[in-house]
Amino acid sequence: MDVLLNLTINGIATGSLIFLLAAGLTLIFGLMHVLNFAHGALFAWGAYFGVWIYTQTDSFLVGILGAIVIGGLLGWLLERWIIQPVYTNTMSQIQVTMGLLLVMNECLKVFFGPNQVSVRLPDYLDQSWLLGGVILIKYRLFVIAIGILVFLGVQYMLKRTRLGLIVRAGVMNKEMVQALGINIKKVFLYVFILGSSMAALGGMLFAPYSGVIHAGIGMDYGILAFIVVVIGGMGSIVGSAMAALLVGVLGAFMTYFVPSVALAVNMLLMFGVLMFRPAGLFGR
Amino acid sequence: MTLLKVDRIETYIGQYHILQGVSFEVKQGEVTVLLGRNGAGKTTTLRSLMGLNPISTGSITFKGESIHHLPTYEIARKGIGYVPEDQGVFPDLTIEENIRLAMQKSDDATLERRDWILNLFPDLKTFWKKPSGLLSGGQKQMLAIARACVNDNELLLIDEPSKGLAPIMVEKVMNVLQEMKDRVTVVLVEQNFYMASTIGDGYYIIDDGRTVHSGQMAELKVNESLKKEYLGIA
Ligand SMILES: Nc1ncnc2c1ncn2[C@@H]1O[C@H](COP(=O)(O)OP(=O)(O)OP(=O)(O)O)[C@@H](O)[C@H]1O
Ligand SMILES: [Mg+2]
Repeated sequence: MDVLLNLTINGIATGSLIFLLAAGLTLIFGLMHVLNFAHGALFAWGAYFGVWIYTQTDSFLVGILGAIVIGGLLGWLLERWIIQPVYTNTMSQIQVTMGLLLVMNECLKVFFGPNQVSVRLPDYLDQSWLLGGVILIKYRLFVIAIGILVFLGVQYMLKRTRLGLIVRAGVMNKEMVQALGINIKKVFLYVFILGSSMAALGGMLFAPYSGVIHAGIGMDYGILAFIVVVIGGMGSIVGSAMAALLVGVLGAFMTYFVPSVALAVNMLLMFGVLMFRPAGLFGR
Repeated sequence: MTLLKVDRIETYIGQYHILQGVSFEVKQGEVTVLLGRNGAGKTTTLRSLMGLNPISTGSITFKGESIHHLPTYEIARKGIGYVPEDQGVFPDLTIEENIRLAMQKSDDATLERRDWILNLFPDLKTFWKKPSGLLSGGQKQMLAIARACVNDNELLLIDEPSKGLAPIMVEKVMNVLQEMKDRVTVVLVEQNFYMASTIGDGYYIIDDGRTVHSGQMAELKVNESLKKEYLGIA
């Protein structure tokens, strides 16, 4: 029983990290119909640069903020120079963003060396409590809390702000949004920046969670986020949150009981959902 | 005074040469009707005016300023409201959200216009907080027209507002368009000849992507051969 509870908490924490990555992916796809394969690279860049800032400043919080800022900046550059020219061409999008993922991963190896980088938690987050047989690890709760905060923040943005109203309308009919006098390209850029910062934040939070980072994490987590977006329904934030929890918790159990099939189970889950609900759990 | 001047515009959609020379003028304060058979190019003309199907040659002049090189949102901001053929309401947004999205400002003048148009369409107030996807076809049409009126627009482009509406609804939409006449200038695409001839001032007939005839609606009403030739009205 205690094991199950521990695994559930771990799974929710992993789910939070996946959600941070999936949230941007699903928003970007929902609004712009861009399949951004490079999204995972932002996760890895957030991790590497965040950790670098963390070690330079000796402040984990500054590292987190740095990752968010760098993610946003990268998002701005990518949207402007790389994604915008291929908005209307799905084939080039796939090629360009795939290529970008590889290039960005290689860049990390050039900047930070090919070896894994190990990351330590700051002392104030490196605690745990034993409650009965359940180990409560402070950092996992911290990650879960941030995941919840980001979820609520994005929901607030979508439901209560003008930007969110435009995003929701844009998902349904971009032409009409523009015919109402709204510059949707600007909104694309904002959403891209937001999604990229969330991805970078996810990567930074992941770093001390796993203890080591390597350039491949962008690819690994990118795939998970992709699965989550498909299961949750492209464009749905609530769907992504639910699917991220599902994939996170299922993954934790699988890794504990039958580690060899963990990723395969996620794939099966995705195909299962697609079979019965092609638009995903919360898709339209 | 001429508010809008469209001069020999041509538009391609993909490799198809859809508009091959459409020209017309719209006088301030009038309702100018675009007529023509199905597939003649009426919708494409309005979409070209909005920059949604950009023109390849020709010119579009609004209030003396050429607008055809502008992106859609800037054209709209010049003071042109668009009510597309499919109404373009955002089904998951409430009626209130649809209207709020359209409001470029929230000053007193905008709020006054909003209240004025909502008084013309009380149904919209009744369903204010409901998703607009639940509205009937006629109510969606009302919402689309209301949305185009909340801003300080001088020109409205309205594409077949009577499409799919019951006669009583057509009557209602017509009354509203009549009421709006002293506020805005209208380019109306309309197949319903009764509606077109009741509220239209000048008309242009588009055929195969070209304007082929124009005049005053009053003349067309009695010109049986012209109606038969281009509109298929016996
Ligand atoms: N996206 C498109 N791709 C190819 N051809 C198109 C496209 N949109 C419109 N057309 C063609 O352009 C021509 C003009 O269409 P348009 O919709 O402007 O006609 P319309 O006068 O509005 O007709 P209706 O009265 O049926 O609404 C038609 O032959 C149509 O098939
Ligand atoms: Mg049409």
